Amino acid sequence: MSTQFDIFRILSGNESDSDYEKKPVIIQGITGSFGSTHTKLMRSYGTNIVAGVTPGKGGSKFDDVPVFNTVEEAVKASGSVISGIFVPAPFFYKAAKEALDNGIKLIVAIPEHVPIIDSIKIYEYAQKKGARMIGPNTPGVIIPEIMKVGIMPAQPFTKGKTVVFSRSGTLMYEVSFHLSNSGFGQRLGLGIGGDPINGSNLIDSFELIRSREDVDSVVVVGEIGGDAEEQLADYIVKTNYSKPVVAYIAGRSAPKEKRMGHAGAIVYGNYGSADSKINNYAKANVPVAKSPREVPLLLRTKLRK
Amino acid sequence: MRLLEYQGKELFNQFGIKIPESILAESLEDARIGSQKLGFPFVLKSQLTVGGRGKAGAIQKCKDSSELETKFIELLKKEVKGELPRGILLEKMVDIVKEIYLSIFLNRSKRCFSIIASSEGGIDIEQTDNKIIQDISIDGISGELANTIASNLNIPVKSKESFVNLLLNLFRVVVEKEAELAEINPLAIISDDSLLALDAKVIIDDNALFRHEDLQKYLYLSDLEKQAAKNGFSFVELEGDIAIIGNGAGLVMSTLDMVTDANGKAGAFLDFGGKATSETIYEALKVISRLPKIKAILVNLYGGIVRTDLVALGILEAYKNNILTVPVYARISGAQSEKAKELLNGSRARLFDTVEEAINAVVLKINSN
Repeated sequence: MSTQFDIFRILSGNESDSDYEKKPVIIQGITGSFGSTHTKLMRSYGTNIVAGVTPGKGGSKFDDVPVFNTVEEAVKASGSVISGIFVPAPFFYKAAKEALDNGIKLIVAIPEHVPIIDSIKIYEYAQKKGARMIGPNTPGVIIPEIMKVGIMPAQPFTKGKTVVFSRSGTLMYEVSFHLSNSGFGQRLGLGIGGDPINGSNLIDSFELIRSREDVDSVVVVGEIGGDAEEQLADYIVKTNYSKPVVAYIAGRSAPKEKRMGHAGAIVYGNYGSADSKINNYAKANVPVAKSPREVPLLLRTKLRK
Repeated sequence: MRLLEYQGKELFNQFGIKIPESILAESLEDARIGSQKLGFPFVLKSQLTVGGRGKAGAIQKCKDSSELETKFIELLKKEVKGELPRGILLEKMVDIVKEIYLSIFLNRSKRCFSIIASSEGGIDIEQTDNKIIQDISIDGISGELANTIASNLNIPVKSKESFVNLLLNLFRVVVEKEAELAEINPLAIISDDSLLALDAKVIIDDNALFRHEDLQKYLYLSDLEKQAAKNGFSFVELEGDIAIIGNGAGLVMSTLDMVTDANGKAGAFLDFGGKATSETIYEALKVISRLPKIKAILVNLYGGIVRTDLVALGILEAYKNNILTVPVYARISGAQSEKAKELLNGSRARLFDTVEEAINAVVLKINSN
């Protein structure tokens, strides 16, 4: 895992850049119903969407944005290294591969229901290419009040020094809403994704902000299934992670061996259970909120210490 | 999708992994005919998707036709963890020399597949330290690696080549059929030195089913689950009397936890995802209306992707058409939520500003009945 990956530099650039906070973004699947709706919303939020890709629609325009047949043409025309992928899951592998083959360094993979093997292959390929994937099955990434690549609504997020990482979309909105209401604005909101395989998992995400001075706390919204929280707790202890961390875990009362909406939200035996996650967080001194509303209360206590 | 044992074994067989001779019987008549082909004695194995069937007594030896008459019916009616079997497998017994454990599973945190193997077969793999875990590339397992694993498991020389081939074939099952797990527990070395998969636990990646027509026949959904799936909902039936509907799996799970914390009992989990319209909420309520045990519905909506006003229209429509006969307690926030509130005003749906208030109201209502 490359620790040099600087997501802030990729998404907003350096202050000396002429396009600081206006870095070009392309959208694959821009003319689809989902892609088109969110292209408009992203642009009105401030994202500099410079090109779209839809095979067969090259030469046309959508919402003033030029549409190309291929990523190669879109990248050549725009110089973008960021792609939001909005294509349906069965076409994701091909779209992501094409992006990585043409110089894209950050893929934001929105579609839900991507087959696991496709995700693993794209993850491995991105590693080879020195690129990063967020998702799939993610609401995307947002730098509040500056830009977003994703489908999250604008209203829950405000500018600040907390970072929110979440395995769930709507819970990221809900928790950010409560944080904003309590005066904890966010420096970054990043959806890990609800699938078993995450291009950027919790540990990768924590690495992104490890030494950033403009981040004073981290909120991690998890859920049952897998061992991402357990691994994260271990990482926090072993690497002496210094920023205060507060967690939330959804699905404490879910039955075992039932997939609770997300492909990744399933408990087998003790593997993936909320108890296992809460116990491991306790070892890392990470308090776990009982409800989204409790998150800012715990954060306030944690920051006072 | 977790396959039944016999379905997993069908896949194994296709990929050259040997399995004991067996016959699936769905009725006593099937079993009688099967027993004549197979010959006594054999084992009766309930076909279930839940674990722990051995401990629950859902695997029985059967020595003659009089035992078949009693034991077969007993097993067919026996629920394990709330699940009735979908058939009983009649399986020939074999002379076991050694039992091992072997599986290939999706290692989520490492984002690859891993092999787990143990020289103790038939055990609960979570409970033993005697195991090898080996991460593997999606590109394949080398013969060298397979040989090393065979040596570490102390596979007898005469069976080593069979083991190596079996491991490579098991990996093909995982990659070609897109499984999250393919487990053989136990894998038996029998008296002629060959290897037999005595059990099969295979979980197929649901998201890959669209490109595996041959596996779609194994999809087994209740009518309600079918109805939910057709509409793109995630639906799980639970044991209580409050149905929880929302947009987003995490949010619905979170609501389920809060209801449980408030001493309410959830009877259904329904996530209608990001594409909710008045039609989708209407269909969601239709699914819920088929569960007579549901006494109230809790709707928790965080707007944004979802047009909450359209959701409100769907709820009104359901009351109008008598689909809905129970009260709805709703918390709706986000895009167009003010409009949604106006629309629902005066209906049997009650609106709350916070989910906590909605939960308190619904639990109070249910528990006072």
